[in-house]
Amino acid sequence: MTIEFLVDIVLLGLLALTAIAIHKTRDLFASIMLTGIYSLLSALFFIVMDAVDVAFTEAAVGAGISTLLMLSCMPLVKKQEQPSRHHRPLGLVVVTLTGALLIYGTMDMPPFGSVDDPIQQHVAPRYLHQSMDEVGLPNVVTSVLASYRGFDTFGETVVILTAGIGVLALLGFRRSRAQEMQHRVPAMQQHMILRIISKLLIPPILIFAFYVQFHGDFGPGGGFQAGAIFAAAIILYTMLFGLSTARQVFRERYIHLLAAVGVLIYGAVGIASMLAGKNFLDYDALAANPLTGQHVGILLVELGVGITVAAVMIIIFYTFSGRLDKDDHKEPES
Amino acid sequence: MTVLLDLLSWVALLLGSFFLIVGSVGLLRFPDFFTRMHAAGVTDSLGAGLILFGLMFQVDGQWIVLFKLLSILFFIWLTSPASSHALAKAALHHNQQPLLGDEVRNRKQAANE
Repeated sequence: MTIEFLVDIVLLGLLALTAIAIHKTRDLFASIMLTGIYSLLSALFFIVMDAVDVAFTEAAVGAGISTLLMLSCMPLVKKQEQPSRHHRPLGLVVVTLTGALLIYGTMDMPPFGSVDDPIQQHVAPRYLHQSMDEVGLPNVVTSVLASYRGFDTFGETVVILTAGIGVLALLGFRRSRAQEMQHRVPAMQQHMILRIISKLLIPPILIFAFYVQFHGDFGPGGGFQAGAIFAAAIILYTMLFGLSTARQVFRERYIHLLAAVGVLIYGAVGIASMLAGKNFLDYDALAANPLTGQHVGILLVELGVGITVAAVMIIIFYTFSGRLDKDDHKEPES
Repeated sequence: MTVLLDLLSWVALLLGSFFLIVGSVGLLRFPDFFTRMHAAGVTDSLGAGLILFGLMFQVDGQWIVLFKLLSILFFIWLTSPASSHALAKAALHHNQQPLLGDEVRNRKQAANE
């Protein structure tokens, strides 16, 4: 019984308690906060498992941005959860069956952390032992994510772009000029302390985003985390100065363009390596020295990921709070 | 020298943990929203601050780590009071009044009877 095992038990217990609390509470604000706590706890759990990159992503995206996005929807909905009209016992049966099947599925899995596991025999040793010679990055996670599994990451980036397009297609219709001209003073502008602290925080957040973006080759970090942090700074700016001001500084048209440009950079790196005579996304071909080629390729690819993630997060936040503005304007009429 | 540094580090870490526990107890035990918020504020600024301070004695020549710890401390001391302030303001805005002396006593008596 090691200390780590105890920490695991405590963290998993807290996760289960949080999940039950989310289910029990009827207050939507409380359940949003609880989902944030849930993400933070899972990030801690990932840290215990030495997966710092995943923990970083979970903390930035799960606990940070997604909580923020859900909070920004709060004024659109009622404070309390509606009593569900679903058939409860049926749901319980479905959940129990699925859970039982999942647990049954784990029976076939090799014991956790055992040396004979396929994961320890197959590709992991190659990543750990040869990635320094083949890719040459101290952070193996970045090597796997951006180079060995570059195609998967390309798919993930496209998924994020698709999410942005989906939100735009569903909610992103343009408002009339007259409505846009109505300047609403955002709530945070009226609070001096919050305003000053947020203003102080925006530049360090942006610098930190760039640090995470370009330091991802050497430590935890990379495009996904950096994009989320960058978007957080701009969302803070939007909350501080209002949507119409933010729209003038970060024009929606360019942000839409940037979301696509990120994916295009990623794809272009792949095409470039194909043109140089290697496989799609084989960065060896990008420079005379394969290691230099890998470095250049990973840098560009991570930049593409960062741009797309940041742009899509900003698009989603703009669209959500755009809905909010519209509803505020409507209220006085009725 | 290292013994002295270790000692200082231990003192700061233990004090920090003490404040974390005290803050958590206060969060559960205090009677109204504002005093509870005060307890929660203690865990952030004093508890986490002292633990970071204790860790700073352990850097052992890695100045980049010291810089990172200092910046964490800086941002905690910047954001935590600001968030407490925002919480208090939001509570006042929604007509949450602090409990004053007599009310606390009355409530305690009511709970005891």
